[in-house]
Amino acid sequence: MKIIKQIGIIFAVCWLSQVVEQALPFAFPASVIGMVLLFACLVTGLLRIEHIQEKADFLLGNMAFFFIPAGVSIINYFDVLKSAAAQLVVICVVSTIVTFAVTAWSVKLTLRLMNARGGGAGGPEQKGRMGGKEKGL
Amino acid sequence: MSELFSSPYFGVALSVAAFGIGVKLQQKLKTPVCNPLIAAIVLIAGVLLIFKIPYEAYNAGGEIINMFLAPATSCLAVAIYAKIKILKQYWLPILVGCTMGSAASMLSVYGLCRLFGLDESLTVSLLPKSVTTPVAVSIAEPAGGVVPITVVAVIGTGILGSMIAPLLIRIFKVTEPMAAGLAIGASSHAVGTSKAVELGEVEGAMSGLAIGVCGIITVLISMVVL
Repeated sequence: MKIIKQIGIIFAVCWLSQVVEQALPFAFPASVIGMVLLFACLVTGLLRIEHIQEKADFLLGNMAFFFIPAGVSIINYFDVLKSAAAQLVVICVVSTIVTFAVTAWSVKLTLRLMNARGGGAGGPEQKGRMGGKEKGL
Repeated sequence: MSELFSSPYFGVALSVAAFGIGVKLQQKLKTPVCNPLIAAIVLIAGVLLIFKIPYEAYNAGGEIINMFLAPATSCLAVAIYAKIKILKQYWLPILVGCTMGSAASMLSVYGLCRLFGLDESLTVSLLPKSVTTPVAVSIAEPAGGVVPITVVAVIGTGILGSMIAPLLIRIFKVTEPMAAGLAIGASSHAVGTSKAVELGEVEGAMSGLAIGVCGIITVLISMVVL
């Protein structure tokens, strides 16, 4: 019953997110609305983590599995893939490196600015503290 | 015989079997190249092509599996909520890093697609390739992208990111674990996060947070530009 209840809660949130998607005047993916809704429920205390823990662990832990059918449909698009394979590889490699570098440097810069102002995070002792906190989670 | 293959049980059972083999392979070989998802896709595509089973027959089961995609995406909220203390404490660097990273990813993809003269639908398929698959698909699909191309690009990016992350950390001299974790999550989502977890606790937590935050930011950016 516990698992059925958890499935019920998560599916209800997903259905509500589809309702919200229809109601919104602009296009916004329902799955992301569901994520925001669920997060809001947890933060406001409407749902407690115990209410959905096992089902969420199951879904998150097996995330890759749920993409198999979407991936298999590639067999309908072999010609598109063949015609642009080299470009696709270059795009993936270059943009992955660019994204990594830009993110890392902007975080570095933000941490440095915060430290310069004094009240910020990111010093070695702060990191040690965060590591400690993480263990408690 | 063909009616038997179009039973939804066939597609689900085949998917589970192929994924199981993929997981076993990765445990044996211990390399990110052999991603269980890619292995399963290749195995199933092989079975369908060899036995001349139409994709539609397999997809009767596939649609049932697809139904779990939205709930799984929603549960990313649980992963973010579990790290809410770090999120509150370091919201500024997390927000700045993920915003810049998401923008850089989309800009670089757009620029390269124009450079190579790729058509509109391919460009849209690739644009969200650095975010986690469910979010990427929900951006690409309504905008006229080719969903399987998006899926392959997203997974390919994830595998690539998890392979080169340690190298990139050295090349770009990323000494702060927080910066490294966010950069891995922003550039290579969940597959990269599995590598970040190996690098350290802070890296893993930050990378996991970046998946959700970058997903939302990328949706917001694509609403403005698409």
